[in-house]
Amino acid sequence: MPKTLFDKVWDAHVVDAIENGPQVLYIDKHLIHEVTSPQAFNELEQRKIPVFRPNQIVATADHNTPTLNQHLPVKDELSRKQLKKLSENCKKNNITLYELGNQYNGIVHVMTPELGVTQPGMTIVCGDSHTSTHGAFGAIAFGIGTSQVAQVFASQCLLLTKPKSLRVTVNGKLKNGVLPKDVILYIIAKLGTNAGTGYFCEYAGDVFENMSMEGRMTICNMSIEMGARGGMIAPDQTTFDYVKGREFAPKGEKFEKKVAYWKTLPTDKAATFDQEYRFDATDIEPMVTYGTNPGMGIKVTENIPNLDDTSFEKSLKYMNFKKGESLIDKPINFVFIGSCTNSRIEDFRVAANYIKGKQKADNVTAWLVPGSKQVETQIEDEGLKAIFIEAGFELRQPGCSACLAMNDDKIPQGEYCVSTSNRNFEGRQGQGSRTILASPLIAAATAVEGKIVDITKRLN
Amino acid sequence: MAKFTTIQSTAIPLAIKNIDTDQIIPARFLKATDRKGFGDNVFRDWRYNKEGSENETFALNNTKYSGSILVAGDNFGCGSSREHAAWALSDYGFKVIVSSFFADIFKGNALNNGLLPVQVSAAFLNVLLTEVSEKPEIKLEVNLETQTILVQGMSFKESFEIDPYKKTCMINGYDDIDYLLSKKEIITAFEAKKTY
Repeated sequence: MPKTLFDKVWDAHVVDAIENGPQVLYIDKHLIHEVTSPQAFNELEQRKIPVFRPNQIVATADHNTPTLNQHLPVKDELSRKQLKKLSENCKKNNITLYELGNQYNGIVHVMTPELGVTQPGMTIVCGDSHTSTHGAFGAIAFGIGTSQVAQVFASQCLLLTKPKSLRVTVNGKLKNGVLPKDVILYIIAKLGTNAGTGYFCEYAGDVFENMSMEGRMTICNMSIEMGARGGMIAPDQTTFDYVKGREFAPKGEKFEKKVAYWKTLPTDKAATFDQEYRFDATDIEPMVTYGTNPGMGIKVTENIPNLDDTSFEKSLKYMNFKKGESLIDKPINFVFIGSCTNSRIEDFRVAANYIKGKQKADNVTAWLVPGSKQVETQIEDEGLKAIFIEAGFELRQPGCSACLAMNDDKIPQGEYCVSTSNRNFEGRQGQGSRTILASPLIAAATAVEGKIVDITKRLN
Repeated sequence: MAKFTTIQSTAIPLAIKNIDTDQIIPARFLKATDRKGFGDNVFRDWRYNKEGSENETFALNNTKYSGSILVAGDNFGCGSSREHAAWALSDYGFKVIVSSFFADIFKGNALNNGLLPVQVSAAFLNVLLTEVSEKPEIKLEVNLETQTILVQGMSFKESFEIDPYKKTCMINGYDDIDYLLSKKEIITAFEAKKTY
């Protein structure tokens, strides 16, 4: 029977099944961080259950870490305790931890692909909904709750009902200035925030085939914003080239054997999906969001729609926007380039390329937060740091930072932030903050102009 | 996990769509390392005004409304995977959340914590929201065994779906760890012969 990429990876990991119920799915890699793991460790300890496969767990500190002075003790007491708890738990259970200051520390969804932990055909989970990022490699990767973190600790398995299948195909050539972030914001704006609920999504078509691994990660990262537990892209030569030679990637003959297997994973031609959507790449333009969920997005040249709906109106009221208005020329005082969506080297290259020779507008506070120590080093090695500093941008140390504002990187009450992160929920970037999601290119241009501009007119 | 069979309670209406887990429990309250006390901050930024006073217009602060059932708008629990959202709702005293649609991860987290997500039709939800808003004293009855939800003393009633395995877990207070631990031999055998 013809199978999808998802079917192939899923079926290879089914250990057992409950009649008329969920299946027992084997998990290859379990990624953990300081915020969603402590209660799971507590539970195991209370029930006297050992961690079953500690060497399949990778830990990092990212959500609740400062992005300044990481060499000093963390100031906030609760944060410091939470980080200490992670270190203690990892030590006690023989789990590899890339803690603050480690050369490989960073946002979990940035540093594990960098290290080659993420590989095609794997099942990967983490107590973080953006685990869908790793689907870019043709892995089944999804976010889990803390009870499930405890289940994986205890058994390296999860009880799951196989989700339905969904395919989003985008063919054609992307316009100049349209980045992977615009593609995924466009898809979510078209389909809405719950179109993917109950599904696992495969992204197909030449737009994704021609995309770099970093671009593919940006796409899969935001699958959860349309409700899909995960997104996947078929592994190909781009994937194999990215994985090859990385710290934890298989080496030599083992690598070749893996590649031969990975090549069998793409969806069979005759396979069918429960739901299919198709889009034309030439219809996609640089995007911005205007509301309080990621589905409330428009082309930067479009006006806010006129909808008669109380939740929609509540959202516009929060954002202090009006129906039918354009976002172009809206003054913006905060810009954030970072998060597991857009904090990889290509994102900073795009930003630096635009910023070079220009100056940040005086009214703007612009935070650039690399996704990992390795990205931070690359920024310096490639000479991008000098460009950023010269233009008046603030380059911080790695972490989740203002994406969820658990640390001190908060956008003040009432302020707009053009942000490359993934969620524009009320207060997401700080109490009362107003988030406008966009690509690193739009974010960079906003920082330079001090307002939202029609980026399509600024290129070439 | 506490056992769940039936519940009769008044309900609190929250007619807002796409309530995300950042609203249920904002990220700044996720620094704790245990599961307790999150109820104090459930819907924090909707419950309290900027300066810390109670927002009286918010349903949870409206003395007319009380009970252990929350009736909420479509696509409840979208966003972050934080189980703290389920813990916060439970800790506040909710036993059931009724909506016309639940986000996947939230739904799983709720079920793993004995908090029952009851998915009803959009039409039924609309009726519930109106009835509960206008008549705060009416009681809803949720019966997990028969998988039905009804308004006491009124004629409308709907059945809801739940995975049969999860239903058994809720009724008996079992959790997935118990089950998975019983499968360790099979899991180890799987590891020995996995082909990928």
